[in-house]
Amino acid sequence: MAMLFLASEILGRAGVVDRSYLPPASSITARALELFGDPVFLHGVRVTLTAWALGLLIATAVAVPLGLLLGSVPAVNTAVQAIIEFLRPIPSVALIPLAGLLLGSGLEMEVPLIVYAASWPILFNTMYGLKDVDPVAKETLRSFGFGRGQVLLRVSLRSAAPFIATGVRIAAGVALILAVGTEILSGFGEGLGMFIAQAGAAPDGNLDVLAGTVWAGCIGLIIDTVLVQGENRMFRWHKALRSGAS
Amino acid sequence: MLEITGLGHSYGDHHVLRDVNLTVAEKELVTIVGPSGCGKSTLLRCIAGLIAPTAGSVVLNGTAIDGVPDGLAVVFQDYSRSLMPWLTVRDNVALPLRRRGLGKGERRAEALRALRSVGLEDAAAKYPWQLSGGMQQRVSIARALAYRPSLLLMDEPFGSVDAQTREDLEDLVLRFHRDEGMTILLVTHDIDESVYLGDRVVVLARDPGRIRKELTVTLPPDRDQIATRADPAFVRLRAEVGRLVRGGAADGGAADGGPADHLASE
Repeated sequence: MAMLFLASEILGRAGVVDRSYLPPASSITARALELFGDPVFLHGVRVTLTAWALGLLIATAVAVPLGLLLGSVPAVNTAVQAIIEFLRPIPSVALIPLAGLLLGSGLEMEVPLIVYAASWPILFNTMYGLKDVDPVAKETLRSFGFGRGQVLLRVSLRSAAPFIATGVRIAAGVALILAVGTEILSGFGEGLGMFIAQAGAAPDGNLDVLAGTVWAGCIGLIIDTVLVQGENRMFRWHKALRSGAS
Repeated sequence: MLEITGLGHSYGDHHVLRDVNLTVAEKELVTIVGPSGCGKSTLLRCIAGLIAPTAGSVVLNGTAIDGVPDGLAVVFQDYSRSLMPWLTVRDNVALPLRRRGLGKGERRAEALRALRSVGLEDAAAKYPWQLSGGMQQRVSIARALAYRPSLLLMDEPFGSVDAQTREDLEDLVLRFHRDEGMTILLVTHDIDESVYLGDRVVVLARDPGRIRKELTVTLPPDRDQIATRADPAFVRLRAEVGRLVRGGAADGGAADGGPADHLASE
């Protein structure tokens, strides 16, 4: 990280590359900090984060119950397998133009794409987590007379929760890529991606492109850090068991 | 209270259990002992309604068991997998009480009472994985006790703890059996344990799993780890159970009655 910063600084200052093409790292940092006080830029970030949060929330609300269903009822899993195998390999970014045609622009188009892309990691992690549930724990609750639904809720879901949380964290990254990417590729509307795209089209916009990209990276890093911290705090038991077992 | 008639279980052509007939009376502690692979655990799971037997019937308190019966608790050998690692010790014990329709406060009070009776009230706020193996098994016993089952099933409950802890837990079970008049069916592979704990010992034979013999334990109900094990009646019984278990094991191969005969002559 520091090496990259230094390399960019030296290259920029020494005039090896054109300053307007690759500005030195210090200029990018300064511009990024300046943007933090720019209301137009901040509004764009807010728009992007709204789409991100809404998409991730809906994806979680859809993928977790679906994963529970697929993971606990083999018949449904078999029936749906073909559809999943067909849909999963489609790169969600390739759907952006199609979504633009069908859904227009703005949140109505961004959110469904994010939901689509972010659902996969949550769905698969939920199903994987259910496979890992200890049969003895399930039998214990069954022997106390708890029914299927109760065992699913009180044992399987709780036991799979750390896997689901990891799925949500991966999905959070995917959702951010989609939120920014959709804005960049769709060509109109507003948001952080839009800011970067417009700067890219401007004759002197390289500094803004890079500063905007720095912000996109920082947001991704902050989200990931917060989620990792949350996981560590909520699933202390999972970590303790894992380290105890090894 | 428990009547098992003609119970059999098979996977395809392989008979795990065949024609098991067993009656357990109210407030009785019956131990089931047998060589490994004799279907002890399968028998217990059939009674618990966790697997459906392929033949025969299990009747608990006058009702034929079809699925998991009411008022039953099982203590498994694998305590660490049977306790929920995301719940505190107290919440683990309180969890089954939801089935009793108790409020949160009542569940917690009952859980603490049960933990106190096994000497673990100080561990209530800890998580199971923060406790030793013996303590974890105490927690799962407390969980079964708090539930106040009409029948307590124990599947090799002390198979994974050290010898000293094992004796302590054996005495704990005897205390509850005596004080609360709880009906208990305990599966073990330990011959000494089956005699020490049981009012009656059921010896299983294998291939297929079936009852070889039932023995009434003639020892006084108050038992002591040192004195009871030195009692001539105990020594005689454990020798007889040992001979029966070994005889069962020798069924499929070479007859080897040497050690058991030696014990019997003591």
